[in-house]
Amino acid sequence: MQYSSQAVAKPYFITAIALFAFQILFGLIIGLQYMLGDFLFPILPFGIAKIIHINLLIILILFGFMGASYYIVIEEAEQELHNPKLAIILFWIFLITSILSLLSYLFISYATLAKITGNYLQPTMGREFMEQPTIIKLSFVMVLGAFLYNIGMTIQKGRKTTINTILFTGLIGLTLLFLLTFYNSKNLVLDKFVWWWFVHLSFEALWLLIMVPLLAFVLLKLTNINREGIEKWLYLIIALVLLSGVISIGHHYFWIGAPEYWQWWGTIFSLIEPIPLLMITLFAFKILNSSRHQHPNKAARFWVLGTAVMAFLGAGVLGFLQSPAPLNYYTHGTQITVAHSHLAFYGTYVMIVLTMISYAMPLLQGRAANSKRSQKWEIWSFWLMNISMILMTLFIGAVGILQVYLQRFSETPLPFMMVQEKLIVFNWLREFTGVILLIGFVTYIISFFVAAKDMESIQKNS
Amino acid sequence: MNKVFTKNQARKFYYSSAVFSFLVFFLLSFDSIYSLHERDNRENLTPLVAQGKIVWEENHCIGCHSLLGEGAYYAPELGNVYKRRGSEYTKAWIKMMPTNIPGRRKMPNFEFSKEELEALIAFLKWTSEINTARWPPTIEG
Ligand code: HEC
Ligand code: HEM
Ligand code: HEM
Ligand SMILES: [Fe+2]
Repeated sequence: MQYSSQAVAKPYFITAIALFAFQILFGLIIGLQYMLGDFLFPILPFGIAKIIHINLLIILILFGFMGASYYIVIEEAEQELHNPKLAIILFWIFLITSILSLLSYLFISYATLAKITGNYLQPTMGREFMEQPTIIKLSFVMVLGAFLYNIGMTIQKGRKTTINTILFTGLIGLTLLFLLTFYNSKNLVLDKFVWWWFVHLSFEALWLLIMVPLLAFVLLKLTNINREGIEKWLYLIIALVLLSGVISIGHHYFWIGAPEYWQWWGTIFSLIEPIPLLMITLFAFKILNSSRHQHPNKAARFWVLGTAVMAFLGAGVLGFLQSPAPLNYYTHGTQITVAHSHLAFYGTYVMIVLTMISYAMPLLQGRAANSKRSQKWEIWSFWLMNISMILMTLFIGAVGILQVYLQRFSETPLPFMMVQEKLIVFNWLREFTGVILLIGFVTYIISFFVAAKDMESIQKNS
Repeated sequence: MNKVFTKNQARKFYYSSAVFSFLVFFLLSFDSIYSLHERDNRENLTPLVAQGKIVWEENHCIGCHSLLGEGAYYAPELGNVYKRRGSEYTKAWIKMMPTNIPGRRKMPNFEFSKEELEALIAFLKWTSEINTARWPPTIEG
């Protein structure tokens, strides 16, 4: 760590990790409710636990993005943060409003929550990813706005680099798209049409403009490679991200009442979408292999390559497979969708946050890398988490394929609930992979304690 | 490679891709929004339907169900439930929740007023009449 204000990233990173713990726990709860319909009913119905599962995911990614941005922007700009105090105040506001919203789902019925937060004034609630009461949404926007200001001022004062420019573009995009959560229409078709602007353009375009520079930054630091070479690739990759990722929004407009020409636009542009993701993977391998510089943080190397590969598999390959309109006609809204969203979110956005943490956390604690012993634990956790997520995706995918066949393809289509009962074995297997994920996560936490302990004994000896 | 394709060219490619993509996106989107009325049967979008959508949202039905294939995948698709079950069955179903079958997935009882229930059914009926390009493939959703 070269700049003292980079320390503001630390609470953001720690919070992201803590939220991930709860996200996994709530995943296990709703996973169990798939098989055991009475589990926690009616105290915690499936729908409420699912809100918490996916809101925790979004919030943990936002914490991760913010922490990473503070860390990177300062170092790239060679400039202390414009206002470190503001960053800490924003941290607390964001943490408290997030926790309040999550607790309110748990303790107040959703309808009551809508009533007491005045949803009738401007209905914004009750849509996936947009479940938060309107005041919570407002507070998120304010936090994001102030965060952008702080980052923007720092960038403007300091050295201009490609990484900072692209990252800032992505962050502005994230904030602007978030404003769409306030829009709703009484016309469901229009509501859905615009809902996808938020969901698709965030996940498949503008958040990637954040993910790619974060990955590039860590690659740069691990290899000490010449910046020029990286920057050219960066522009090429994000060019293809936008070229494919914006118009491919059409793959969500096939069956919701939008014009049918989207079947062409959506299918064709989705075919290009895996290319930039594949390029990220090739780029990461190429750079790490071409550099003779041996960075002591071996674990971070694993995370960088892992992110690239898993993003390609989860987002690129699985997204691509269900995008052609004739196939999507059968797979739309089944467990195949769920398989894709799990590996895509984990591989692209959770892993980039874990990569940043793996690289930056030791530095924030005043060492280039954690002890070898700690890194061994971390690498174990890397394999456990990744293998469990891949297996989870395969099992959910298997459920999805059988579901499509039994419910939509066979001569005698069966009702939804009957199909679900037949697929219970795979759902148990999926839950089992969730437990391995949890074990992997615990291993990950242990690596931090091992690192702290080894540090202590080194200090005692010297 | 370095000489054939420079950083500056890559940057220009990025800017032009961004402009091109968003331009096409906005053009197509405006055209879609302009012609949405051909498919969304808005002539039947009564105030009761609009009220039904609010009831749908404020009780978070999307937390378990999908609607036109989007939402959650824990319980049956409801975009076409009006066609699958009809209004009387659907109303009776919602009132009789939760089932008492041990182990079966449960739907809460929302204790709707008569008016709310009517609005909800009107919304589900309207939704089932959107032109979805013949999706879902079967009546089971
Ligand atoms: C906690 C999850 C949950 C929530 C929230 C929920 N449902 Fe359900 N719903 C279910 C389950 C599970 C079934 C299937 C139950 C069965 O077959 O025993 C179901 C079935 C139905 C059915 C019958 C579908 C068919 O094809 O027979 C209708 C209609 C329905 N729900 C409407 C609604 C409406 C309207 C709302 C919102 C006010 C809602 N549900 C909210 C879980 C939920
Ligand atoms: C970059 C990271 C990505 C993330 C985080 C992501 C996430 C998601 C999520 C959460 C959904 C489900 C939305 C819902 O609730 O209905 C979804 C659906 C979908 N995604 Fe992605 N996605 C990514 C990339 C991609 C790519 C690259 C493609 C195509 C090549 C793609 C194609 C699709 C399609 C076709 C659907 C609709 C599935 C259906 O019809 O039900 N995605 N994605
Ligand atoms: C312990 C492991 C996990 C289990 C058992 C689990 C289970 C589930 C279940 C049952 C759903 C609801 C699907 C439905 O709507 O019916 C869900 C949704 C979701 N989960 Fe998980 N989950 C786990 C971990 C994760 C992780 C690690 C991520 C991402 C990093 C994640 C991201 C999501 C997303 C994005 C959705 C929304 C899906 C969609 O709408 O397509 N989950 N999860
Ligand atoms: Fe998409």
